[in-house]
Amino acid sequence: MATTIEEPISQAIPPISVRYCAVCSFPLEYCEFGSSFTKCKETLHEEDEDLYNKYYSEEALQKKLGSISLEAQSKLEKDTAAKEAKAEKKADAALKKKMASQVTIKRIERNKRKFVTSIHGLEAFGVDLKKVAKQFATKFATGASVTKNPQGLDEIVVQGDVSADIVEMIEDGVGLLKGVPKENIVEVEEKKKKGGD
Amino acid sequence: MFKKFSAATDVSGQTNVKSSVQRSIRSALLSQWKVDQDTLESIWPKKESVILVKCREHISIYTLHGEPLFFQHFDEPFFPTLRLVHKYPFLLPKVRIDRGAIRFLLAGAHMMCPGLTSAGGYLPPPENEIKAGTPVVLFAEGKEHAVALGVTKMSTEDMRRINKNTAVETVTYLGDDLWALQKL
Repeated sequence: MATTIEEPISQAIPPISVRYCAVCSFPLEYCEFGSSFTKCKETLHEEDEDLYNKYYSEEALQKKLGSISLEAQSKLEKDTAAKEAKAEKKADAALKKKMASQVTIKRIERNKRKFVTSIHGLEAFGVDLKKVAKQFATKFATGASVTKNPQGLDEIVVQGDVSADIVEMIEDGVGLLKGVPKENIVEVEEKKKKGGD
Repeated sequence: MFKKFSAATDVSGQTNVKSSVQRSIRSALLSQWKVDQDTLESIWPKKESVILVKCREHISIYTLHGEPLFFQHFDEPFFPTLRLVHKYPFLLPKVRIDRGAIRFLLAGAHMMCPGLTSAGGYLPPPENEIKAGTPVVLFAEGKEHAVALGVTKMSTEDMRRINKNTAVETVTYLGDDLWALQKL
């Protein structure tokens, strides 16, 4: 790294393979600046003792101090710890929100005996809406599309009254719907205001 | 440039690139990067064609098998992605920042002169001066791999002399949204 690289190279230079951290995806040496340092460290310790020693042994830590003062180093460490706590909190909050978010299955009356079913809120569980729409379309042999509702949020609209089947599908976790908790399903019915019975 | 970037909202379309355009990109890469034909061949085999991913604000990312390989803003020079730089660290001229600056860089800050001119930093010697507006790879003190890519705002000699203000404008860095984007 010190000086410029040697110029004429006639053959293809093989790529350097860099080992990335499994936890934070940074190259291992940058874990200390990430937001999950402790976890990165533990994981590496379990996976690869040698590499762990390379980066985190006493000696390495001494060398790492380099040019900055002890004071700055301790400040950095404090910063990292704070960052870590913050990231943890954020992850916690995200999980909580995820568990609290609801999947709404709405049966909408379109024309007396004709219905469409709209499913809203699946995206909170890391489901690809487009693919699920396709899955519904093939399963029920009807049209299914991803549209924006008046609130500007994405929802899946399936032609026909399939709300009961969809509830069942989510409960069983068919295909892409795995990991959607069934406690969060809400079924709603929406009738046309004019001309209802 | 990639501090906030999400594939869902910022990508406007993906297209195949015409082979004549690919040829001109290839020759542009050869002239802009410190890379010879064979190495470029292993990065981007002749038979494979890249896909142009158009994004907001005139950013175009070129992907090979879904992996971002390099990108360009408007018609400025091409930048390799950081992952590509990790594999081939010699593509662009390099500078190094001191340890104190790393955490600011990882928060997306531009690099100021003192971080490069201090003991932990590195600037090429005067005879290999880097001009202003050149893409560079940013390394970090005590680290083996690159940490970011940027554009110089002044020549390296000016950095030494003035030693103030922004020296390198950060384009992409470790942990930004382009880094998080492993597949497109």
